[in-house]
Amino acid sequence: MIPELGLFALILALCVSIVQGIVPIAGAQLGYRSWIAIARPAAQAQFVFVALAFGCLVYTFVVNDFSVRYVAMQSNSLLPMMYRISAVWGGHEGSMLLWVLILGVWSIAVSVFSKNLPDDMVARVLGVMGLISVGFYLFVLLTSNPFDRLLPPAIDGRDLNPLLQDPGLIIHPPMLYMGYVGFSVAFAFAIAALLSGRLDAAWARWSRPWTTVAWLFLTLGIGLGSWWAYYELGWGGWWFWDPVENASFMPWLMGTALIHSLAVTEKRGSFKNWTVLLAIFTFSLSLLGTFLVRSGVLTSVHAFATDPERGAFILMLLVLTIGISLTLFAWRAPKVGLGGRFNLISRESALLTNNVLLIVACAAVLLGTLYPLLLDSLDMGKISVGPPYFDAVFLPLMAPAVFLMAVGPIARWKLASVPDIVVRLRWAAVVSLVMGLLTPILMGEWGAVRSLGFTMAFWVMCSVFLMLRERAMKSNASGNVFSKIISQPNSFLGMCMAHFGVAVFIIGVTMVSSYEIEKDMRMDVGDSTELGGYQFTFEGVTQVKGPNYNADRGQIVVKKDGVVETVLLPEKRIYTVQTMPMTEAAIDTGFLRDLYVSLGEPVSNGAWSVRIYYKPFVDWIWGGTFIMALGGLLAVTDRRYRLVSRIARKIKADNKSGAEEVSAKGAATQES
Amino acid sequence: MKARHKRLVFIVVGLAGLTVAATLVFNAFQSNMVFFFSPSDVHASQAPVNRDFRLGGMVEEGSMSREDDGLTVHFVVTDRAQTIPVIFTGILPDLFREGQGVVAQGRLNDKGIFMASEVLAKHDESYMPPEVQDAMERAKKATSASLATPESK
Repeated sequence: MIPELGLFALILALCVSIVQGIVPIAGAQLGYRSWIAIARPAAQAQFVFVALAFGCLVYTFVVNDFSVRYVAMQSNSLLPMMYRISAVWGGHEGSMLLWVLILGVWSIAVSVFSKNLPDDMVARVLGVMGLISVGFYLFVLLTSNPFDRLLPPAIDGRDLNPLLQDPGLIIHPPMLYMGYVGFSVAFAFAIAALLSGRLDAAWARWSRPWTTVAWLFLTLGIGLGSWWAYYELGWGGWWFWDPVENASFMPWLMGTALIHSLAVTEKRGSFKNWTVLLAIFTFSLSLLGTFLVRSGVLTSVHAFATDPERGAFILMLLVLTIGISLTLFAWRAPKVGLGGRFNLISRESALLTNNVLLIVACAAVLLGTLYPLLLDSLDMGKISVGPPYFDAVFLPLMAPAVFLMAVGPIARWKLASVPDIVVRLRWAAVVSLVMGLLTPILMGEWGAVRSLGFTMAFWVMCSVFLMLRERAMKSNASGNVFSKIISQPNSFLGMCMAHFGVAVFIIGVTMVSSYEIEKDMRMDVGDSTELGGYQFTFEGVTQVKGPNYNADRGQIVVKKDGVVETVLLPEKRIYTVQTMPMTEAAIDTGFLRDLYVSLGEPVSNGAWSVRIYYKPFVDWIWGGTFIMALGGLLAVTDRRYRLVSRIARKIKADNKSGAEEVSAKGAATQES
Repeated sequence: MKARHKRLVFIVVGLAGLTVAATLVFNAFQSNMVFFFSPSDVHASQAPVNRDFRLGGMVEEGSMSREDDGLTVHFVVTDRAQTIPVIFTGILPDLFREGQGVVAQGRLNDKGIFMASEVLAKHDESYMPPEVQDAMERAKKATSASLATPESK
């Protein structure tokens, strides 16, 4: 009964989203107030129905209803409760339902937090989101219905893939989807602007917080995924340039370009067309990511050919989205105008250059991800491009980008002078060069690339401190330096924090790639080895039993200078249902280093092959990512987004003579 | 005049930058492409000699042995038509097993042994690497074709 209720709710959600996608947009174009007013209630009703559908699916998992095919495929009666819930999005059907649920979450968020926007704008934005919803509801209902019954019902389920039975994987997909789908809001704003022909600073200001929130979720999602791969796959790596990872990284690169371009559009009115185009591409890449991961082309282009329905559907959605939005762009963009002019040496130039670098990087990832698929589908041979390609491309592209990251925020808008920039950044230059040269020497081994890495990290850090110092000295606020810094606008502080996060991230990456020590070795019981100043002693393996697995648990005592530092317990598990072996690494996490041990195979007489890593500063990689995301959060709490809402509401109350005028005035107020 | 100059500088700098970036990307791409070959391809001397490539097929039953150091592993990769011996030093992925599909990256030494630097793992028990599947099918077709020809004579 419950699965059918879920299916029914999903069909209702589709019906509502059709209304949401057509009526408000038509109303906004034709000027019918009553049609415009449908947008908000429709989005809210749609959310209620999709949430109900999702709730029904969760319920079928919780009660182990193996008469539902998807539940029988993904779950098992022995599965612990929290993994039964995360199993909901452990497979294709459920994760697509999560996709539409999150689209519903973003839609209702727009409908609730858009009181400051003119009604016709909200109608268009929610309308576009409604149309996207229609596409994805049809996809779920026609090709991937999670509520399909199984006749006769299965006695027990086939269990969740053991790799996914992990706390990190409970929150990773929702975070990632919040990011992917969140860019649909930026996209909807861009399309709404094109439809209305109103592309101005006010539009950028409305769109900006939404884009930043989507970006921060995507950042968190990617960071969590990388962290999961690090501790769960047993290989000690944190990024593999795997197509699935690239699928999430491409929208991130494009989205990062977008939030910077939006900043210019808001502050200076320039880059308008560029910003709109970036918004379209960012969301298109999110769709491409969904297509790559969900169509089966990655496991095999032939798998796509044998079961083309799903892939073809998403591909069609992708082509439609890109096609329609670019046509609209080509038709409307020439009317937009260029906006403020700027000089070769200016903050605009720095931001534009960084935009281009990010896009070239994104294009390089796209090439490395899609070209092998293309060759294969044309039967022209099978190739792969591994990490060496991406590493070779990324370093030279990101080095100038990171250099400009410090220059951009220091340079003046419109026209900056080189001597002024040099004077203001001279200490940053000196400190970062010295630290860049010294750090590798302190770490024991010098190298040009690592030295460049540290220089870049310190360069960005110093520039952040310099910016804060300059602002504090100019500030009229009373009190000490700290309170002066706190009194700065949150968007500025958020930017500083996010840039600082990038610096922390670079330190982590440079340290790990330069000073990591790996040892694969055979260890008999009682054997010891020395690594990174620590002594690792293997004390044998015992059998342990988990809720749904049996494991060999190794015991490795770690000593430093004769004192026991920690005892590591890596496991080799066999999950009982799928009889799948899995390595569970043991990690001792520290601020400056991780000690990482995983079991290989039993060799003979209780001896095992063991892999031991010493990973300096590895947690700074995810720490940096987290700080970037926090920076994004800080930026969206900026007072001006709230202030604008108050002013706009006041204007709205004073002046009921039409939405067009409201926005013009809103924009004027904000600019003054 | 000045504005025109400025625009020219913009365009020249931009184009130069993009050219450099594109050259860099394509160069990196060219030198890091890794091709995939089956044991039959290798026997037909299609695989490169002084360059890494990927070898795929099944791990032959009973072919796996371990040296005393516990890390160096010998096994044979087959596509049921031809075989290639492989040596790998290191810890094998969880799902490496005799009779299962495998993809290894490395190069041939002068004795015709494939020295693997990496053995690739996949996340699923029932999963067969698509390249391997394809290689097996090609080898099957080739053998059945060569069997069919004498019969028809």
